[in-house]
Amino acid sequence: MSAESLVAEARSQVDDVDLGPVHAWKRANPGGLAVGTMPIYVPRPLIEAVGALPVAIFGGGDQVDIIRGDSYFQSYICHIPRSTLELALGGRLDCLDAMIFPSICDVIRNLGGMWRLLFPEKLSVYLDLPQTFDLAVGGRFFAHELHRIASLLEAAGARPLNDEALVAAIRVENVRRAALERVDALRRAEPWRAPASEVYLLARLGGLLPAAEHTRWLEDYLTAAQGRAARPVDNVRVVLVGAFCEQPPLGLLRTLEKAGCDIIEDDLQLGLRTIEGPIDLREGEDPVFSLARSWIERGGATASRYIGDDEKGRALVERVRTLGADGVVFAAASFCDPALLDQPMQEAALARAKIPYTTLKFAENTGQFQVVREQAGAFSDAVKLWGIA
Amino acid sequence: MNVSVGIDLGSTTTKAVLLDEHGELVGRGITNSRSNYAAASAVARDEALTAARFSLIARALARVRGEAGGAARALIPDIEGAFRLELYRDELRYLGVRIERHLDNLTEAHLRAPLRGAAQAVLADMERTAPGLFLAGAQRKSDFFRDLAGAAFTAGSERESVDRQVSFERLVGLFDRAILDVEMRVPTRDFTVLLPEAVEHIRPQSAAHDPVRYALLSAAHEAANERIAEVAFAGTGYGRQTLPFPKEAVRSEILCHGRGAHRVFPGTRTVLDIGGQDTKAIQVDDIGVVTSFQMNDRCAAGCGRYLGYIADELNLGLHELGPLALRAQKIVRVNSTCTVFAGAELRERLALGERREDILAGLHRAILLRAMSLLARSGGVRSEFTFTGGVCKNPMATRLLRALVDEHYDSGLQLNIHPDSIFMGALGAAMYANDDLHAGRPSALRAQ
Amino acid sequence: MSQNQQAHLRVAKEPSQERQKRMIGDHFDRLASVADGTCDEKVVYTFVPGNLTELIGAFGMLPVLPEINALQSGMRQQSAGYIAEAEKSGHSEDVCTYVKCDLGMLKSGNVGPTGTRLPRPDLLLLSYTGCFTFMKWFELLREEYKCPVVMLHVPYQPDGVVTPAMRKYIVDQLETVVIPAMERIAGKKLDRDALSERLARSAQAEDDLVAVWESARHRPSPIDGYFGGVYYIGPIFSAFRGTEDAVAYYCELRAEVEGRIARGEGPTTPDGRLDDQRHRIVVEGPPNWTSFNEFWRMFSREHAVVVSSTYTRVGGLYDHGFRHDPKNPIETLADYCLGCYTNLGLPTRIDYIEQTIRTYEADGFLINSVKSCNSFSAGQLLILRELEKRTGVPGGFIESDLVDPRYFAKANIDNRLQSYFQMLDARRLRHAA
Repeated sequence: MSAESLVAEARSQVDDVDLGPVHAWKRANPGGLAVGTMPIYVPRPLIEAVGALPVAIFGGGDQVDIIRGDSYFQSYICHIPRSTLELALGGRLDCLDAMIFPSICDVIRNLGGMWRLLFPEKLSVYLDLPQTFDLAVGGRFFAHELHRIASLLEAAGARPLNDEALVAAIRVENVRRAALERVDALRRAEPWRAPASEVYLLARLGGLLPAAEHTRWLEDYLTAAQGRAARPVDNVRVVLVGAFCEQPPLGLLRTLEKAGCDIIEDDLQLGLRTIEGPIDLREGEDPVFSLARSWIERGGATASRYIGDDEKGRALVERVRTLGADGVVFAAASFCDPALLDQPMQEAALARAKIPYTTLKFAENTGQFQVVREQAGAFSDAVKLWGIA
Repeated sequence: MNVSVGIDLGSTTTKAVLLDEHGELVGRGITNSRSNYAAASAVARDEALTAARFSLIARALARVRGEAGGAARALIPDIEGAFRLELYRDELRYLGVRIERHLDNLTEAHLRAPLRGAAQAVLADMERTAPGLFLAGAQRKSDFFRDLAGAAFTAGSERESVDRQVSFERLVGLFDRAILDVEMRVPTRDFTVLLPEAVEHIRPQSAAHDPVRYALLSAAHEAANERIAEVAFAGTGYGRQTLPFPKEAVRSEILCHGRGAHRVFPGTRTVLDIGGQDTKAIQVDDIGVVTSFQMNDRCAAGCGRYLGYIADELNLGLHELGPLALRAQKIVRVNSTCTVFAGAELRERLALGERREDILAGLHRAILLRAMSLLARSGGVRSEFTFTGGVCKNPMATRLLRALVDEHYDSGLQLNIHPDSIFMGALGAAMYANDDLHAGRPSALRAQ
Repeated sequence: MSQNQQAHLRVAKEPSQERQKRMIGDHFDRLASVADGTCDEKVVYTFVPGNLTELIGAFGMLPVLPEINALQSGMRQQSAGYIAEAEKSGHSEDVCTYVKCDLGMLKSGNVGPTGTRLPRPDLLLLSYTGCFTFMKWFELLREEYKCPVVMLHVPYQPDGVVTPAMRKYIVDQLETVVIPAMERIAGKKLDRDALSERLARSAQAEDDLVAVWESARHRPSPIDGYFGGVYYIGPIFSAFRGTEDAVAYYCELRAEVEGRIARGEGPTTPDGRLDDQRHRIVVEGPPNWTSFNEFWRMFSREHAVVVSSTYTRVGGLYDHGFRHDPKNPIETLADYCLGCYTNLGLPTRIDYIEQTIRTYEADGFLINSVKSCNSFSAGQLLILRELEKRTGVPGGFIESDLVDPRYFAKANIDNRLQSYFQMLDARRLRHAA
């Protein structure tokens, strides 16, 4: 299949607010649970290991009328909880047997509580990701959280967790990560062959599929994209930061690309990439603890994670330099506490390092890109002409 | 006749309703709120009192038996037309006086004469065509002097500015200034003169005995001489704190709207009111007492004002939006109802090549979606469902609301829309005033 | 004199209020003497929910609570300028105004609520309890102060249950991370006996505080559990829990309240004493600080008294039996942190409010939804519906902000409150008929 048709197919699945791929999986796996997960990070292998399908939920995008969702949220709250609730109250998430709400921010945390009240027949789990990065303290707590979730899933009808299944799931997950990294590498090296708007759709599709199946998609896309007859374009290379939970409309990514910005890295699908390198299994170690340890030791710097003794913004500056990026585009969802509170510190770090950046805000259902087009165009011109913004 | 007065001081229009001691509606008036709330409420009350005089004429004529009675009753609209024509002419004359005054104050002396000539020609033509606005069966787009005279003055200015080579903007600018003066004036009316005059106008004296004329004249005299005493007051609406009422007489608009809507449609359980500045979703019980309510948050997104901005952006009258939107072939998805971005949203869609009608349909839908959320917040939509406020006069809004209610609630649900729904708040207020009267504690107007 | 100050004087007539004022004044004087170098006590910045005041006190360190400073800036009409200052330096209009107010204050010379200068922190004790923004707040402060931060991650209670794993996680952090860090800064070992003594005094003050809360079951209620309540929680939620001063304050306060019960008196409001109480209200959500008295008047004018509020439980939920336990000093600190109101899952919060409405025989409950605080606000519309469904008591909903005056739309809020209270009246008439 051509890259274009793979992307088109990925898009139709990603855009399917009725979760067609999940229904398909459930038909093929009778009795298997589908477990919704909110951004940013829920360890998918744990869910796959108990025979369930982790389903990444990113709201309703720009194609859902919001009525009931708005009736539960004030205007100063971001958009993803409203569209997510709209989908659920409209029955579109009925195929999910459970939902996991990781500790991203207070809004998603409270959405978990709302879920318990609104859908008492479904399992609703809060996952408290530790903010203390001492293995014996935070690692142990995290491993305990994961065991607790596995037991809750078991009580809801999933298979009991066992070491072999988890080890196998982690290995499959590591294969997927490697494939995703190869796609990311192509995007970094030759973004005209694998533009961010395509890679985004391919990555996001993975949130709806078992890891093994996702790996096949990634491999197919990689082959197709490498074989493309595409020519280099003189664009600026940017890193997109801040859209790790509520997702911008695809139109925004394409607008940035058309305005001359190659997004060589982004945090849109952060969950799949938040641990650097493979999840590291150790002989004689509880594989649940391995999951916890990987996150503690090699979890990337995100706005929802306390930076510990590290310097704020250092990770971003280093990343920009390693990737040879020309600048950073901050794109936070309106009213996103983690992204917006983080941003001034990240900006300060970039300013100290003399890295150009520009800042914009969006909502998942933003319909106007005129301002983005002008802003991104001006940014890319400024960077190209003078190397500054 | 003793009347209880309810006043609803809204952001766009001010309404007054009069109830007699039996709670019967005897008069109501409406005017644009203008910059001066006190003047607006005085004018609305004056309008309502005028209407009450016509109620009295109708009551008097109801007692006249036989053919003459029927014929006389059939002429009431004509009398009212003739009466309103006189009021219109009176205001037109005052408008002319104020325009003269502003011309005198014009700094560019050389412009004075040509502008004066043009203005006088426009006004003369307005005077000439005025009867057409008020004859029986005449269709008026509005009852406000500002709108009627504004439309006529603009049309006349377009013509005269070309013929006389004067600036259209300068000419219309004269009107814009003078109308503010006209609106500050609260007219005083002598009904004992005006009402018989109106009868004379439509039924002049003839040689033969005319029982219809006789009946009309006696009814006009009776109505004009009846003392109408405003014995109890209640105020509500956006600007109600500025009304010269004691605190006890200031009623929440939520309670007033709920009660008014329930009176007009006694089966009402849910009320949606979309006004200029806010949207309200109200649940009432079987006797019209509010059991819960929700209002939009502090920004005016999704309220009538939003449509106002859109109308301004498109250079259209507010009343033209709905009919235009009805001509949509598809509904463009609009996700923002932010008034600040209304213009930008519209321009970008137009730039993308969308049809104006289709965008308008999308904008209407966006407002109705917000209203549906508010309804859901307040406890949902129950039958009967009564839609009130300025926006309920918009045919696209009502059509979309019906469709959304069918889709999200029950298609068998009774949806009530009343042509006079804009008076619901004032009606509810008048009912509260009447309650106070019967409980022996009427609120009087505070001296200003 | 501003209306605010007048009202302060009127509310501050009773001896307990005078005592509180003295306590706060003394505390800020001590802080000022650290700031100007005449005294060398160590200073710990920390947050109200999950504050470890006894621990800080046992080390002889002085706490500073940036939230309290921010709310005081709001009451003193300083916050708008501070917020503008922070927004000018790149902070989004969308985020918490406590944070922006605090950063603005810092950039404007760090003058505290009593007009004295605040010292720099020797330690930022990041008790991450019930509020995501706390974490970002101290990351931001660390950028400014370049001082050590120690994280105490308090797990959230999604099910209203404290599991042994949660408790152990906090105890482990305290023992292996927090206390060692504090020992390093203080230059001495933790005196566990001193800590226990403080905890015992905390429990004593907590008993009196709960008696004050529960006095609102009387008619007329001798207290206002929201507007008055924020004064009552002052000492125990800030620098004084576990001190002799706090014990004396709560003992005195309790006696005053009991006196009012005996005399059948209501609480003092900005407009005088409110004995004739027409509406008994429970309030969920923090108050607005920039128009605090104006907001209070919107209630008292309508003869509404607040019999209980959730905001006054953010620094600890004592009315369900929890008391600091001197016998288990570290575990009790863990339990205290876990039980703060905003650390409770939404279903638990609803259960709590439901029970409060019943206990205090409230006629209505009102939600003040503040833009700044998603921890409180996200989900409040569901709380509203659920409580109405369970109790049949009508709920009201208004929106404002903590310290950003741009979000206190007076006419709009007044309109809603009047509508709400008139609705309560109309419903009462209906039931009487």
